[in-house]
Amino acid sequence: MPSHDVLIIGAGLAGQRAALAAAEKGATVAIISKVHPVRSHSVAAAGGINAALNAEDSWESHAFDTVKGSDYLGDQAAIEVMCKEAPDEILWLEHAGVTFHRNDVGQLGTRAFGGASQARTYYVADITGQAILHVLYEQLMKHHEQIDRYEEWFTTELLLDDSGNCVGAVCRNIRDGQLQIFNAKSVILASGGAGQAFSPTTNALICTGDGIAQAYQIGAPLMDMEMIQYHPTTLAENGFLITEGARGEGAHLYNALGERFMEKYAPNKLELASRDVVSRAEQTEILEGRGFPDGTIALDITKVPRKRTLEALREIVNIGRDFAGVDITREPIHIKPGMHYIMGGVKTDVDGQTPINGLYAAGEVACVSVHGGNRLGANSLLDTLIFGRRSGEHAADQALSKAMPSTSHSKIADTQRKFDSILNRATGGRRISEIKNELGETMNRYAAVYRDQAGLETAHEIIRRLKEEAAVAAIDDKGTVFNQDLLGAVELEYMLDVSECIVVGAKERKESRGAQFRTDFPERNDAEWLKHIDVSRNGDDAPSVTYSPVSITQWEPQERTY
Amino acid sequence: MPEYTLRLRRYDPETGEAPHYEDFKVELEGHRSVLEAILQVRNEQDGSIGVRCSCRAAICGSCGVRTNGKAGLACHTHLDAAAKNSKHGENVIVVEPMGNMPIIKDLIVDMEEVHWKKIRRVTPWLVAKEPVPEREYIVPHAAMVDVTQTMACIQCGACVSDCMTMEMDPLFVGPAALAKAYRFVGDPRDAEQGQRLKDLSEDPHGIYDCTHCFQCIEACPKGVAPMSQIMRLRRRAGSDFHIDDRNNGHRHEMAFIKNIRKNGLLHEADLLPDSYGGKFHPRAVPELLSSLPVVLRALKTGKVTVKKALLHEHKASPEIKRIFDTVENREVRLEYNLYISGNEDDLADDPADTTGGTATATLAPPVVEAPAVEAPAEPAAVETPVEPAPVAEPAAEIDTEAPAEGEPTEGDTQ
Repeated sequence: MPSHDVLIIGAGLAGQRAALAAAEKGATVAIISKVHPVRSHSVAAAGGINAALNAEDSWESHAFDTVKGSDYLGDQAAIEVMCKEAPDEILWLEHAGVTFHRNDVGQLGTRAFGGASQARTYYVADITGQAILHVLYEQLMKHHEQIDRYEEWFTTELLLDDSGNCVGAVCRNIRDGQLQIFNAKSVILASGGAGQAFSPTTNALICTGDGIAQAYQIGAPLMDMEMIQYHPTTLAENGFLITEGARGEGAHLYNALGERFMEKYAPNKLELASRDVVSRAEQTEILEGRGFPDGTIALDITKVPRKRTLEALREIVNIGRDFAGVDITREPIHIKPGMHYIMGGVKTDVDGQTPINGLYAAGEVACVSVHGGNRLGANSLLDTLIFGRRSGEHAADQALSKAMPSTSHSKIADTQRKFDSILNRATGGRRISEIKNELGETMNRYAAVYRDQAGLETAHEIIRRLKEEAAVAAIDDKGTVFNQDLLGAVELEYMLDVSECIVVGAKERKESRGAQFRTDFPERNDAEWLKHIDVSRNGDDAPSVTYSPVSITQWEPQERTY
Repeated sequence: MPEYTLRLRRYDPETGEAPHYEDFKVELEGHRSVLEAILQVRNEQDGSIGVRCSCRAAICGSCGVRTNGKAGLACHTHLDAAAKNSKHGENVIVVEPMGNMPIIKDLIVDMEEVHWKKIRRVTPWLVAKEPVPEREYIVPHAAMVDVTQTMACIQCGACVSDCMTMEMDPLFVGPAALAKAYRFVGDPRDAEQGQRLKDLSEDPHGIYDCTHCFQCIEACPKGVAPMSQIMRLRRRAGSDFHIDDRNNGHRHEMAFIKNIRKNGLLHEADLLPDSYGGKFHPRAVPELLSSLPVVLRALKTGKVTVKKALLHEHKASPEIKRIFDTVENREVRLEYNLYISGNEDDLADDPADTTGGTATATLAPPVVEAPAVEAPAEPAAVETPVEPAPVAEPAAEIDTEAPAEGEPTEGDTQ
């Protein structure tokens, strides 16, 4: 059985950064991913990464923007850590080979981004996530002697020892169906978000909340789960992302009457208000009948000089052309708010530690919480890298002073039995894809930009029913080699667990803050709700709810206007 | 809504059944992708179909397949376009796994066994120039934009699939890995540009193994144009680093240039000896002897006559000479780059671009390694039809240091 000091599950930016940091500390590292690392969804991050690196900028300014963006739900102590360490992280990436955009004197150049008081977003055209992810993978290849890569291995569950320490995971080699226990002194979850619980979503098909659900199943609390970010600019037909970089470069939003409606909602920042504000404004325009007939808003990128668009926004030129039939350099493209990111996740401290000893989480799977009620654009890459690195370092330090745990092989038999029961389900029930579609539509209807109690109750009932249906849904593929059908059934269970936590959190928070707008409680209510909602597993019943305080260091909550 | 027949190549190593084709009917609008069609079939009809996929938006590089024989991303191929190119019947779309790689199941190939091994062959990480600065490396804007074209590679393997050289020579380093190599060779922060080029020039399966078939450019969904990157590696190796490779690659290219400049047409009888340094060069003699059987066969079939072989009947016109003069007298070499100049067909109808829609060349990054090159010209001095990206400040750190450091001597001296 493979044994490593540090086991990392997920190989996007957070996972790869954690692996490199742990290896640098001298730990032996395994990094496991259900897809090849460069397929991880970090690859889709487009616009850039924030850091106060310019002399005229300051980490305090970055931190304040982040706090304000979070609608004061972000933990200020954690936000301070992230913003203070951001400049060094950018330089580390630059030295590792990231081909960041330069200004005309050859220094790192920036672009403007939403919710930021300064242009502090560093970028590589509009493929920043891809550029960083591929450079980190270059580094993984370089450090192959210390970092074992397990590419296309699917984690099925996290393992606890008798004292409740996390000591590894059970994983299935997708290539041949073989099950394996990975022993480890520390385990870092870096398996990303759960966007596929919504339909449509900007998220990739692999974003099925695996890590969030696995941590939840072994008792780790989840925090801020109700905070789901709807990105203001996604394609109407398929939910694909049009980067915020477009607005950062100067694109405008118009309703069907030709009004630049953001003047009403955010007179100062206009299109570059924070995402929750812009998405709500768009949704309001659409609901009040000022959208286009297909329920969309126009994003006009022709305001950006064409040469600049071709150089700096090339990917969305391609996406417009290939997936919407629109040349964005010549005509507006129709967009609407679409599910994009989950601010919540497995609750951690600033070193990535969850309340379960030995278990860490970093990136979208985690909730530190630096994003609170609403994440600023270009803060997610930063989150993955800062807390990926910190988790890797801390996990390695801890592991180096611990003995290697041993795990019973009987866990493999348990998992095999679970798989066999899925393989042997009788046909006749609903198909996995049908259940998944109903879940996605349900979440997108009731847990979206505008929410209310009745809708959330309905969503919860539907999810409970879908859980029953999923438990008996048969699959077609009975084989062992690349049985994606079987893994799809497991992923569906993960998404249902995560969805239930989202809905329970949203029902609980009886106020409007950040991405959560309750039409039945339209005001922010600091007196009662300036606190995190934590949800934990409660057997097979709906999750139990507790609260935890928000860390406030230097920025008292104020009214939030852009 | 149109109905398509999706003809999938099925293979499951566990059944013992030979690979075969299976037809599925799908109803989808024509602008939907081949991947959406595959997923519709998988979701509604047969969950056992194996295909890698994730982002659906041509970003993650998972769903490389061959559609009607051509490699590309399934998510990036429209059904109507695929049906139009089909030779298999109306609205019949044949989807198969990519080529040049072993098949694992259905549309899933073993990328690790071929693609990733080749990527690792080219030392695929930055070897940072010393001393590493405290802040960022100061490098020209244009250089970063330049390597962004190869950074845009998503490692989907489509170019590897359709590489004709690799079909003949499985050891060929290949289009994806060589494009990756350019990503470092073109990066002014890399300390080993010379060694990289020397290595890839000397490798008999390296940059001179490419036969210019353009298949990789056709297949690439991201405009990386791997073959163009290979050609740039050659220009860097031969013209900038003066690498005299033992494959005769550079000399062979120079022989072509000399030949065309002189004759206007290719004159095969000169090409071969010139590729080895001229008819009487000791290196050329064994090569000429060994090609005698070919020459004799050509004489016998009339492909070559003695007269044609010895006399230069055709002379290059002044226009051809002028092309050479213009190109060679440029102070800075122009290179094509998507991120600077946009699509090839983009410029024709743009009133701001007065180029007639063909000239898409732009400034290459200032050549940092060749001491012979003067400080990069001012943008205005370069006859480039599109607005060039800003060039490095002469004071830029890398630029001033580079000639001394990057001088291509180390690996080059015999």
